[in-house]
Amino acid sequence: MGEQDGLLNDFLVETKEGLDHLDAELLALESSPDDRDLINAIFRRLHTIKGVCGFLDFHKLESVTHAGETLLGELRSETLKVDDKIITLLLTLCDAIRTIVSSIEETKREGDSRFDTLVAELLEAAKAPQASSETEELSLDDQFEMLLAQREAEEASQATAAPSAVSPVATRAEAISPIEVPQSPTHQPEHHEQTQVKTGAQETSLRVDVELLDHLMNLAGELVLARNQILQTTKGNQDVNFRAITQRLNLVTSELQEGVMKTRMQPINTVWSKFPRVVRDLSMTCKKQVRLEMYGKETELDKTLIEAIKDPLTHIVRNSIDHGIELPEARLAKGKSAEGCITMRASQEGGYVIIEIIDDGGGLNTEKIRDRALERGLISREKAQSMSESDIHRLIFAPGFSTADTITNLSGRGVGMDVVKSSVEKIGGHVDITSHSDQGSSIRLKIPLTLAIIPALLLSCAGQKFAVPQSAITELVQLGASEKLGSLSWIGNYPFYKLRGDLLPLLFLSKQLKFSAGNDVADQDKVIVVIDSDGSRFGVVVDAVHDTEEIVVKPLGRQLGNLPIYAGATILGDGQIALIIDPAVLGREANIERQEMAASQASAATSGPTVSESEQLLIVQVSSEVRAAIPLNEVRRLEEFNLRDIERVGASSVIQYRGSILQLVDVAACLGNSAERWSGGHVVVVGNGDSVVGLQVQAILDVTTQLTAIKPVQGKDGITSYGVIQGKVIALLDVDHLVKLGAMGIVGFVNEESAAI
Amino acid sequence: MTNHGNQPPQQLVTFKTGEYSFGIDVLEVQEVLKRQQMTYVPLAPEEVQGLINLRGHIVTAIGMRERLHLDASADEIEQMNLIVSLKDGAASLVVDTVGDVISLDPTRYKPRPRALKAPLKDMVLGVYESDKGLLLHIAPEVVCKVCEEEKRD
Repeated sequence: MGEQDGLLNDFLVETKEGLDHLDAELLALESSPDDRDLINAIFRRLHTIKGVCGFLDFHKLESVTHAGETLLGELRSETLKVDDKIITLLLTLCDAIRTIVSSIEETKREGDSRFDTLVAELLEAAKAPQASSETEELSLDDQFEMLLAQREAEEASQATAAPSAVSPVATRAEAISPIEVPQSPTHQPEHHEQTQVKTGAQETSLRVDVELLDHLMNLAGELVLARNQILQTTKGNQDVNFRAITQRLNLVTSELQEGVMKTRMQPINTVWSKFPRVVRDLSMTCKKQVRLEMYGKETELDKTLIEAIKDPLTHIVRNSIDHGIELPEARLAKGKSAEGCITMRASQEGGYVIIEIIDDGGGLNTEKIRDRALERGLISREKAQSMSESDIHRLIFAPGFSTADTITNLSGRGVGMDVVKSSVEKIGGHVDITSHSDQGSSIRLKIPLTLAIIPALLLSCAGQKFAVPQSAITELVQLGASEKLGSLSWIGNYPFYKLRGDLLPLLFLSKQLKFSAGNDVADQDKVIVVIDSDGSRFGVVVDAVHDTEEIVVKPLGRQLGNLPIYAGATILGDGQIALIIDPAVLGREANIERQEMAASQASAATSGPTVSESEQLLIVQVSSEVRAAIPLNEVRRLEEFNLRDIERVGASSVIQYRGSILQLVDVAACLGNSAERWSGGHVVVVGNGDSVVGLQVQAILDVTTQLTAIKPVQGKDGITSYGVIQGKVIALLDVDHLVKLGAMGIVGFVNEESAAI
Repeated sequence: MTNHGNQPPQQLVTFKTGEYSFGIDVLEVQEVLKRQQMTYVPLAPEEVQGLINLRGHIVTAIGMRERLHLDASADEIEQMNLIVSLKDGAASLVVDTVGDVISLDPTRYKPRPRALKAPLKDMVLGVYESDKGLLLHIAPEVVCKVCEEEKRD
């Protein structure tokens, strides 16, 4: 029913808008009766209204608009000429529609007003031959009749106690007034009160010009800047009073900014509302049974962002139906219900909105993706071997990737998820996928709440300040003077930095911006800003980095329109201007892709210097005798907890961690060494998406790649293989298995207590 | 927009750059400022001298000398900013000196001479014989059209 309401609401808003235009157009037509374009426009407007009310089952409205359409049809075919009488008739029609519409708004029904006379008159006029001489008298007569009809209508609607915003008879002045006056005080008072109690959609909300909002937004941004400036100047000020005032200004400004931002917010349902239909149509085409569930429809997002995620979301949903959900027979064979389910979930998290699209379909086919990626040359064979499952899944976001065997009209044209990724990243968002075979996949979009104000890192290059959106930056590396010679490597003409064994393509901002010609790593220390954007990862060498700041993005003039490298500019606290660099364009213009290719070729040739992250291991002490290794790419964080913070739930140990509950897994217990008590407090957080667990270990020892003499192990849960590091045998942990155990909540301290339960 | 056709404007703001004297319709001039602090824009065309913070609005400053391919040797003069309003926002023309606002005698306003060459040819709308010499009446919209060609694609 909710969708129906949404549709109805849209119809009401649109129709009201349409009626205002219609009034203006009719009046324009009166002054230039031969304007055929105008007649056509009016015809179309009425036609739209009629079309929708047929759909929504409003017969009265339909019959009235239909009569009007017949009359206009005559005007259109020029068998009839426009005269005052017809215009008046049509204006009356407008008012009649208005009466019905407001009745619908109040009671969801068309009301009891009768418009038979009007319909008859409209049809009569459509037939009547021209009699221009008697126009005036007739129109007076007509007006009188209409007055009567209108009065009847009003009485009827009042009799049913359905308050309706009946506008009085169409005098011209009112017909052109764009605002609907709610109720004039001359009406019965109880009528007036009722309208106030039963607030219609139009009274609690206000349609405001987007331009005006943008302007307000801009002004709020200015105020933020001025506030920053004031805060900076008052930093050293001792006057307590003055400081209190600036504090107040600070708070009010923040609140104002938030408030203005909120005015641009729309519930995500404005885009979601079309998905039930999309899902229904697509599942019919695909001969699949799909149910759509939506949660968090009321989550709000900036209007421009809502527009921007419309297409990506549609694409993801289509993909889920086309590729994700299996045919009913296949689902039954797998022991699932015949009907597949797509869940859309939206929620706000800090300054971001998280949108998840989850299907319970077949999940991604890892093998197929790997093969396709190899076939398309997206990854090298060596890399394919070493990639983890989730890394392979992420390949579906690579440009030009599609696994569909047949190109359907739904998806599979090779412009799929990469477009989703790039359009989400364009608005400063992030997209990720997790998938489990036969359980389905989940795509997670992380969208910033607003575009106008973004967190950015300020950095300097050649004495000038620039801003880079924080969303694209993954880390900062200080390039010390002593270090720089050893860690920079050159392949051909391309510089690289060895970052934890990985080759990171580098570019020099000063060279890219043509401040200097060479790749000068001068005497002073430099900083590498590691950027991950648009699917490529590279380092930008800059002179220094400063604070991160919330900056207000301002557009650049048309004169700089052909410099896409700048996403805009901002005014800093001290009044200076800083250009905002678009990292994706920076990478593209520096030909980072070619540089990456050079790196992978070089590594293929020598296979020596590059070590992919997935081969790196974190060495931990599990118990006093046992050491274990965890693949570094599975590790999310290393934490040290206070033992007192650990809580017991049933048989398992948990800890409150970053606002949720982290399940702990005692590795020693899993490996059969339950005698020893865990005392270190060290926890390795592993897993991805929702399935994150903390592995309890005694100590964190090292990160290494020198694992030799690897021997696979069969039948020992939690261990994939043994190997030798620095002369000692260690166990390579099966993280997936441990995460699964943790997810089931069955592993904590294994002791008598839990055995008893 | 103001009358860019054959109709001469009523008043011109006069300014000089190099040996040229120019006039811009007073209705198209927003304000005149002394030299402002400018933020250099790397990779921008050479005509773009930088960005100015005009009370919170970011305005592109276009050097008249660079636009006219004159030597940028005007360092000894304190150049001035002539803020002009364009169809989509404001821009600043960096000029040598800004002179008086003069009222025009329509009989002394002549349409654009045909003989003008490249950069001037497009921006000049007409010529006015003032008491102090010839004034080139130019269209700021055209002067500020820097690299529009590349922008189109």
